[in-house]
Amino acid sequence: MKKTRIIVAKPGLDGHDRGAKIVAMALRDAGMEVIYTGLRQSPSDIVNTALQEDADVIGLSILSGAHMRICDRLLELMNEKGIADKPVVVGGIIPHDDVEILKKKGIAEVFGPGTSLKQLEQRIKELAEKK
Amino acid sequence: MNRNDLLSGDELSVSKALTVVESDRVAARSLIGSLPEREYYVIGITGSSGAGKSTLVNWLSVSFSDASRTAVLAIDPSSPFKGGAFLGDRIRMNRASRSGKILIRSMASRGMVGGLSPSVFDAVELLGRCGYHYIIVETVGVGQAETDIVNLSDVVVLVLAPGIGDEIQMMKAGIMEIGDIYTVNKMDIHGADQLANRIRSVLDLADVKREIVKTNSLTGTNVDRLYQLLIGELNRREKSGKIEESRQRRREIAELNTAFSALKEAHSRGVKLEAIMECINRLREDG
Ligand SMILES: Nc1nc2c(ncn2[C@@H]2O[C@H](COP(=O)(O)OP(=O)(O)O)[C@@H](O)[C@H]2O)c(=O)[nH]1
Ligand SMILES: [Mg+2]
Repeated sequence: MKKTRIIVAKPGLDGHDRGAKIVAMALRDAGMEVIYTGLRQSPSDIVNTALQEDADVIGLSILSGAHMRICDRLLELMNEKGIADKPVVVGGIIPHDDVEILKKKGIAEVFGPGTSLKQLEQRIKELAEKK
Repeated sequence: MNRNDLLSGDELSVSKALTVVESDRVAARSLIGSLPEREYYVIGITGSSGAGKSTLVNWLSVSFSDASRTAVLAIDPSSPFKGGAFLGDRIRMNRASRSGKILIRSMASRGMVGGLSPSVFDAVELLGRCGYHYIIVETVGVGQAETDIVNLSDVVVLVLAPGIGDEIQMMKAGIMEIGDIYTVNKMDIHGADQLANRIRSVLDLADVKREIVKTNSLTGTNVDRLYQLLIGELNRREKSGKIEESRQRRREIAELNTAFSALKEAHSRGVKLEAIMECINRLREDG
């Protein structure tokens, strides 16, 4: 039986991952296999992990404000490595105006601060199945 | 997945093949069967949660990868509740991951209470046939997983550390049967020497000759010594025929696992036990 595998990664230099861990645990409790990478992962680290783990979905938690730069580089590297088909979702603190821009670039979903764990779980399942 | 890509060890193809291995055991067997056998070694790393196994593998895998192609399978338990898993070994494996030379794959134990998922046996065989010469398997050593890792591996390192209850664990009967080499990790922490002495006396009492290495996996101290011991042990076992025994055992278990999956699948589709038994009897009569 195929299980949903998701990477929860914390790119950038901001130093705590409490939020990302809570999300990771919730997704685990929803029956997913969550590959947790820890702090300070570069886009290249994350792409390497996604490739080796054959993740269905890549989840990023970004609080640093550097989401544009990180996502640009990530999507570029995913293309290079032949894994552009994997959906990327972003959570954290993303200004409202940036959400559409990120989606246009190819980010599958942006979870704002008001998103419930239930909604998050639902959407990730959808994306994993669509893939 | 192209066969040539698999044979040349193309990471993306191998990674996708591992997903097949994990999701469909029967497809896994035919995929593996389509690739020629190759020689490979399985190094089992086991011990209590928090002993520092992942941190150790972060260094050890780099030593192996300097010698030949190396892969790491990092196995964590699935949660009994809905079967999800938190796979966090990569947190400690940045160095190995960034070396760009090591395939690291996290796997959940999937429904086997305490034990290893049967697909781990297929996963190592697939990796071996894709040209990975050294396959390091990290598992949490509890219950059934302890014997499973012995059955899976050519050599097993038991990692212990001070301050996490291993002092008491050491007194447990049978602990001497798990490790071929003992590592007392966290040698920088108070109690490491004591723990090492304790292991030494338990082994002496049982008249078992084993190496004990103290390591610091934060700095990599003595990991090279552990690596040298492992290489020496693998060579010795190759010469004495023990490696061939391990290979046979792995093959046998993998086959039994697949047979069991196939039976289970047939059974779930309504094939009656009587029919299955009859079929088996007929095969037996035919020789
Ligand atoms: N002081 C010290 N801490 C270590 C050492 N090796 C690992 N650790 C720490 O021990 C904790 C558990 O390590 P981890 O590799 O995840 O253990 P595992 O559960 O056995 O895989 C982490 O916080 C590591 O940083 C060591 O040699 N010395
Ligand atoms: Mg670990």
